[in-house]
Amino acid sequence: MFTPAAESLLRQAREIQDEELSRFCSRVVKLLQKDPGAEAVDALRRLFLIVSATKYGRKLEKPCVDLLQATICSPACPEQLQLLCAAILREMAPSEGLNLSCDHIQKSRTLSLAASVLLAQGDRQDEVRSVGQRALHLLEARQTEGPGPRALLPVVSKVVSLAPGTLPEAQADMLHRRLVDWLRYASVQQGVAQPSRGFFSAPRTRQPGPVTEVDGAVATDFFTVLSTGQHFTEDQRLNVHAFSMLRTWLLFSGPASRDASDADDRSELEGSTLSVLSATSATASHLLPPQQQLRAGAFEYCQRLLEQSTRRALRKGDSDLQKACLVEAVLLLDVLCRQEPSFLYRALSCLKALLGRLCGDPAQARTLLPIARFLLSHGEAAAVDSEAVCQHLFTSVLADLFPNPMLAFEFAQFCRDSLHLFNPDQGTFKLSFPNLFKLLAWHSPALTSEFVVLLPALVDASTAVEMLHTLLDLPCLTAALGLQLRSSPTASERPLWDVSLRPTSCLEGFRDPEFQGLFQYLLRSKAGGATKRLAPLHHLLQPMASCARVVQCAQAVPTLLQVFFAAVTQVASGDLSAQLALVLLERSNSLFQVPQYEAQVHRVMSSQLLALCRLRPALVVELARDLLEFVGTVSGIRSRESMFTAVVWAIGEYLAVSYDRRCTVEQVNRFFEALEALLFEVTQSRRSATLPPYPPQVVTVLMTTLTKLASRSQDLIPRVSLLLSKLRALPQGPAMGSVPRDEDTDAIRMRATELTNLLKMPSVAQFVFTPGMEASTPRFHRDANTALPLALHTVSRLVDREAGLLPA
Amino acid sequence: MVHAFLIYTLRAPHAEDTGFCRVLYSCVFGAEKSPDDPRPHGAERDRLLRKEQILAVARQAESMCRLQQQASGHSSVDLPPQSSDEPASLHEAPHGAFRLAAGDPFQEPRTVVWLGVLSLGFALVLDAHENLLLAEGTLRLLARFLFDHLRLLAPSANLLLRADRVEAILARFLPHGQLLFLNDQFVQGLEKELSAAWPL
Repeated sequence: MFTPAAESLLRQAREIQDEELSRFCSRVVKLLQKDPGAEAVDALRRLFLIVSATKYGRKLEKPCVDLLQATICSPACPEQLQLLCAAILREMAPSEGLNLSCDHIQKSRTLSLAASVLLAQGDRQDEVRSVGQRALHLLEARQTEGPGPRALLPVVSKVVSLAPGTLPEAQADMLHRRLVDWLRYASVQQGVAQPSRGFFSAPRTRQPGPVTEVDGAVATDFFTVLSTGQHFTEDQRLNVHAFSMLRTWLLFSGPASRDASDADDRSELEGSTLSVLSATSATASHLLPPQQQLRAGAFEYCQRLLEQSTRRALRKGDSDLQKACLVEAVLLLDVLCRQEPSFLYRALSCLKALLGRLCGDPAQARTLLPIARFLLSHGEAAAVDSEAVCQHLFTSVLADLFPNPMLAFEFAQFCRDSLHLFNPDQGTFKLSFPNLFKLLAWHSPALTSEFVVLLPALVDASTAVEMLHTLLDLPCLTAALGLQLRSSPTASERPLWDVSLRPTSCLEGFRDPEFQGLFQYLLRSKAGGATKRLAPLHHLLQPMASCARVVQCAQAVPTLLQVFFAAVTQVASGDLSAQLALVLLERSNSLFQVPQYEAQVHRVMSSQLLALCRLRPALVVELARDLLEFVGTVSGIRSRESMFTAVVWAIGEYLAVSYDRRCTVEQVNRFFEALEALLFEVTQSRRSATLPPYPPQVVTVLMTTLTKLASRSQDLIPRVSLLLSKLRALPQGPAMGSVPRDEDTDAIRMRATELTNLLKMPSVAQFVFTPGMEASTPRFHRDANTALPLALHTVSRLVDREAGLLPA
Repeated sequence: MVHAFLIYTLRAPHAEDTGFCRVLYSCVFGAEKSPDDPRPHGAERDRLLRKEQILAVARQAESMCRLQQQASGHSSVDLPPQSSDEPASLHEAPHGAFRLAAGDPFQEPRTVVWLGVLSLGFALVLDAHENLLLAEGTLRLLARFLFDHLRLLAPSANLLLRADRVEAILARFLPHGQLLFLNDQFVQGLEKELSAAWPL
C-alpha cells in the first residue's frame, strides 16, 4: 500500500529547497487571508507534509507562522483549517520563534488547540503551568453552555501528568468538586436526538427513556461509562471524560510531598477494624473536604463498575469495555486505598466477591493480573486470597493461555513489578519457572528483555540444575507447545503455527504412549527437582527444528544462559558448581539441532565452564574422571570444538597441587597420556588429504597443556620435547584451493618452538605455567624480582643466545 | 496517558530488505521536558531527537510485527478485505506490546502497543503502567476509523496528504492523548458527529 507514488511524494517533500518553501509560504499566507476554502486546505496539507516529512528543522517565514497562530485563535475559522494550523505548529516544535500565549484565550476549544502546540514545546518557558492555569480558570468560569468543560478535561489531565503536584490547592479543590458532580450526579435519562432540520419534519417531542445497562436492562443506579442509550446528554459525556481522567487526576493532582510523608502513618491503619467504622459515603458527607469527597465518589463509582462488569453484554465492543473498566476499577481502588486506608476493608470484600467468577473464566485472565497485584500489595489483610489467585495464575492461566501475546506481555510485567512482593516461603513464583518459560518459548522476541530481568529472581540453588536443562531445551519446548496446540480439540480457526509445515510424524509421536512421559515432563507446570534426558524427543522433533518460532527461541537462549550463570554463581556452593559443570559437559553433544543453535550455545558453555573453573579451580581435580572421559576420544572434537578447547585449557591451568592438594602424580600422568594420544591422532590427520585438518587452535592448546603438565611432573619433559620437535618439523599440509595453509603451520611451529625453549629451563617453565594465586595481584607484576614478563624476556634472550651457537 | 501515536509502513515478512520502515504520520501529545541546553540551536536538536525517538519506536514495532508474522507462518500481511466485517478481522490482526527501558529511547520507561493491518502499522506509546486493555481497544478503534474515513483499502489510497482527517479522528477519540472509556453506542454517536462534520 505504500506505493511508489507515495514514496516519491515523500521524497519531494523532503527535498524541497528553501527559496521554493518561502514562496510556498507566501502563497499560503495569501490563500488564508483571502479565501479560506478548499485551496487553502490543500496548501496547508502540503505544508504539513513538508514540515513533518523530515527530521531536520524547517524554517517557515515569520508572517506565515504568525498567521497560523492567528488562525488557531480566531473562533470563526472552520475546524479543518484550525486543526491543520495547530498540527503544523506542533510538528515544528520546539521552535524558538513561537509567540503563542494562552493567557487571553476565552474559549475552551481554542485553548485545546493552543494547548496541543504549547505542550509540545518541552516546557522551556513554563508553558505547562500557564496552560494548566488557564484551563482551570476557564473551568471555574462555569460555562455550562456548549461542550466547554469536555474539551478542557484532557488538557488538565495532560498538564498534571507532565507536571505533577504543581496546581494551586484552591483551583484543584474546585475541580475536585466539579468532578464529583459529573461522576455521581449525571442524568439517568437518555439524551434527546438532535432535532432534524428537514423542511417537512415536524419537531417530535418524544420523551427519551432511562439509560440502560449493557445487557439491556434498565439502569439500576447512577450513570457510568457502562450505561448506554440512544443519545447522550452533555453531562453524561462529561461523566465519561471525568472517569477517563480520574486515575491520573487522583495520582498527580495533590502536592507531591503530602502523600509520601503520610504513607507510613497510613500503613498502620490498614486492616484495623476501626477503619470499617470511619468509612463514609459521598452522598452523606458534604462536610468532607473536596479531595475526600472525590475519593469517596470515586470509590462508589468503582464499586458500581465492578457490579456492572458481571452483566452479560449484548455487543462485543461493550464486553471488551467491561474488561477494561474492571481493570481500571481495580487500579483506581489501589490508588484510593493507598491514599485513604479506610477504604481497604470494603475494597477487599468487593474483590473477593469477584474472584470466584473471574477465576473460572479464561476470557477474564487478563483482568486477574491487576487483582492479584492489588492483593499482593495490600499484604496482611489479604494473605490467604493472594496465594490462591497466584496459584491459579501460575498454573492454569499460564498453561492454557500462553499463546496470547498481550497476556504474555502483561504477565511478564506483573511478575516484574511484583518481584519484591512474592512470598519466598511459598515458593509459588520460583517453582513455576517451567510454566513461565512457556511464555518465553512462544513469544521470545517480545519477552527476552523481560526475562533477562526475571531470570535472576527465579534462580534458586535447589532448582538450578533443572533450570539449566530447561533453558538448554527451550527450543524443544517451543516445538512441543506447537504440537500441543495442534492436537488440542479447541484449536481456533486462525492457527498460531506455521500451516505450511505438516509435521505428521511429530504429531504421531506426540500421541504415542512411548513418548508420553517425556512430553509430560517437558510440558510440566512446576519444578520438581528431578531432571529427565530428552534426547529421544530431540530426535523426534527434528522436522520442526527449522520452524521460524523455534529458530527465534533458539536465538534468545545464549543471552539467557549468560544471565543464568551470572545469577547462579552468586548462590552456588562447591557442590552446585560441580553439578553445573557436569551438565555443561554432558549437554554439549545433546542439544536440539536447530540451525546455528549448537555453535552459539557451545560458545557460551565453554566460556561459562572456564568461568566456573576460575572461581573454583579445585573443580578440575574433583571432576577429573569426567574430564578424562570427555577428552578421551578424537571423534568428539569436531562437533564441539570450543568446548574441547576450553576443557583442555582448564586441565592445563588448574590440574596442579597448588589448586587442590588431591592432585596426584598419577592423575597428571593419566591426563598426559590421554592428551598425548589425541595430539598424535590430530597431527596425523593434518597429513591426510581427504579429511579437513583440525583447526590450529586445537593443536596449540593440546601442545600448551601437555607442556604445562610436563612442567609440573618433570619426568614427562623428555616425551613432550620429542612431540614438540616433531611438530616443529611438521611439513606443510596439502594445499587445498589456491591458498596454501602457511599461516596455520607457521603458528603451530612458532608455538612449538616457544614451548621447547621454555622447557629447556624446567624451573622457569614451572614458574611460568603454574604461577599460583599471587599472579592475580598487581604487585606480582610490578616487583622486579617476581614479574613474569621480565622472566620470560630473560629466558628468551638466554635461549636465543644459546640457539645462535647451535647449527640451524 | 498516551505519549505518542504513530502510523508507519510494514514490509511483508519474507521480503528481502527493500526500502525502509517509514513513519507516515506521528503525533506527540505533550513533550518530555527539554534538557537545559545553553548551546545555540538547542530547539532544533531537541526536535531531531524527538523525530529519531519516534522512528526508533516505529522500527522496533515493525520488526516485532514481522517476527510475529514469521513465527505464525503468515507469508504476507494480507487479510481478506471485508468492509462490513472490520471489527472481527481487526481482532485477528497481528498485535502485541513491548517495553522501552528508561533512556532507550525516551527519558522515562514506556510501553508500546502495536497493531498491524495490511501494510500499515499503528502504535501507541504509553506510560509504563497504563491500562493495556483500554489502550488495545482504543488502537483498534482508531485503526478502524482511519481505514473507513480515509478509505485506505482503495487502490490509490494515500495517507500523506490527509493529515486533517487523521487529526479530526484523534481529536475525538484520543484528545491530548487521553484514553477514553467509550461504549458502543457512544462510539456510534461520535462517529455520526464525525461524519456530519467531515463528510466522506
